[in-house]
Amino acid sequence: MHSTSMNRTVESAPMPELLTAATISARGLTRRFGTHVAVNDITLELKRGEVLGLLGPNGAGKTTTMQMLTGNLAPSRGAIQICGVDMLEDPVAAKARVGYLPEVPPLYRELTVNEYLLLAAKLHRVPRARRADAVGAARERCGLADVGGKLIGTLSKGYQQRVGIAQAIVHAPDVVILDEPTVGLDPNQIREIRGLIRELGGAHSVILSTHILPEVEAVCDRVQIMHHGNIVYSDTIAALKRIESGATVLVGLRRPPPLGEIAALPGIAAVENVEPALFRVQFSAGADSGDALVKKAAERDWGLYLLKPAQTSLEDVFVNLTRREDAA
Amino acid sequence: MILTIAGKELKGLFASPLAWVVLTVMQVITGYAFLRRLDDFLQIQPQLTSMAAPPGATEMVAAPVFGTAAALLMFAVPVLAMRLIAEERRNQTMVLLMSAPVSMTDIVLGKFLGLTAFLMGVIALVALMPLSLAGATRLDYGLLAGLVAGLALLVAGFVAVSLYASCLTVHPVAAALAAFAALLGMVLIGDAAGDGLRTRGWTVAAGFAQVLSPIKNFEPFGKGMLDTHALVCSVLLVAVFLTLAVRQLDAQRLRG
Repeated sequence: MHSTSMNRTVESAPMPELLTAATISARGLTRRFGTHVAVNDITLELKRGEVLGLLGPNGAGKTTTMQMLTGNLAPSRGAIQICGVDMLEDPVAAKARVGYLPEVPPLYRELTVNEYLLLAAKLHRVPRARRADAVGAARERCGLADVGGKLIGTLSKGYQQRVGIAQAIVHAPDVVILDEPTVGLDPNQIREIRGLIRELGGAHSVILSTHILPEVEAVCDRVQIMHHGNIVYSDTIAALKRIESGATVLVGLRRPPPLGEIAALPGIAAVENVEPALFRVQFSAGADSGDALVKKAAERDWGLYLLKPAQTSLEDVFVNLTRREDAA
Repeated sequence: MILTIAGKELKGLFASPLAWVVLTVMQVITGYAFLRRLDDFLQIQPQLTSMAAPPGATEMVAAPVFGTAAALLMFAVPVLAMRLIAEERRNQTMVLLMSAPVSMTDIVLGKFLGLTAFLMGVIALVALMPLSLAGATRLDYGLLAGLVAGLALLVAGFVAVSLYASCLTVHPVAAALAAFAALLGMVLIGDAAGDGLRTRGWTVAAGFAQVLSPIKNFEPFGKGMLDTHALVCSVLLVAVFLTLAVRQLDAQRLRG
């Protein structure tokens, strides 16, 4: 009864080894609400043990994408496979492999933490014999051991968020999907939740949506940026970090020379004037040293007062991608 | 899986004050009706003995009490059923069920069974009142069984209609009002339409109209008759509205 007669064409069959390695594979995912296209033809692949950060401004389509990946919303077009099981053709089998924490945790305030987690385990078809262990393990992992007997309605927001995460991992799913898991938490709680997500990345695949950039850099292996329903950027954090490590610096000069003079220095790929006396200097690959620049500055008495690595490159990427399209 | 969801609903009902208020109101009003009827019966009993086939306590006391209970439940069921889907969607807890590996049919049947089980308890409490007379008079157990079965079927129909209404909106109060309006409409119009069709000789159409007329299906049971037509009509009513509810939930996944 779940099968839909929607137009789902697989343009190119994925390679077999890709099918087995990928825990989530979504191709050509599109969702329309009336004439509004919330998500436009996005493709998403996730391997076991990977943590993917889904970034984007508010209303970019992150939540819609996650709702489709978890089977809460049917896509207008496209296919979703969870560990090779098609979400639209066999939703029950596919959903059994997914744990989902929506933006608002689906908590029953009138139940205790233990009752609630037991219910989640039952609903996710954890066999009777393993249920108590599964609940215990999820409680332990999310730091809920002390509050098992308390009513969820009486817990603080941070603890409720943890119960939401515990609910998503109680059945040891292959894929954990977390929609803004650290919203509304205090800094200590955020650190704990991040640690937990990092830990989850070991055995499960995790997709995490957020608009907090350092969060992505702290916990994710890979990042995709969404904007107006499209994926506008996709890369690994490692690649981002390579760019970041000293390759771009901010240079402050009290008596700045013309821009061309800096650009002419050896090993410099690009120079950009950020403020009258502040330059963003990008070194060409392999020549990530400011030696020549510092020497020249001293020689010519440019009044060097600042030399520091540029802002997080992810923020640059994010702002560039999401601003430029707005202007266009 | 259906039983898990039904159990969760039952637990949720007893955790909310709503269920206790409904239980209290039901007991107070049916209890009053029962005592009034019993009083009347005791007063006219001397005159009844002169009749050839005098009506017994079951007919004179139990049947009207069940009628009162049916009328009360027509108000109570929509209010209880608004929790099932509309309130869950409003509280955003429906996602837990929608993300879990359960089908829409499981969800609808589970919720239907959960609330129906609670209401069976309500009916049992109502049935206890006439049963308390067992030591004092000879009860007509056949009629009593008919009343219980008839009320149970009637209530199942109420739950199915209200559950469907609960799927239509995220506003719990709107869902309850819609369900109540639908039930009232079915009682009033379903009855009249059936009679109107029958007088014109459209017996088949009249037979179908009876599906939508839950009170009419209750009547034969209330007289201690096992009317298979009424039984089939009651079951059909439940099946139709549960199917509609499943389809509605499925459509929401498509529509968003």
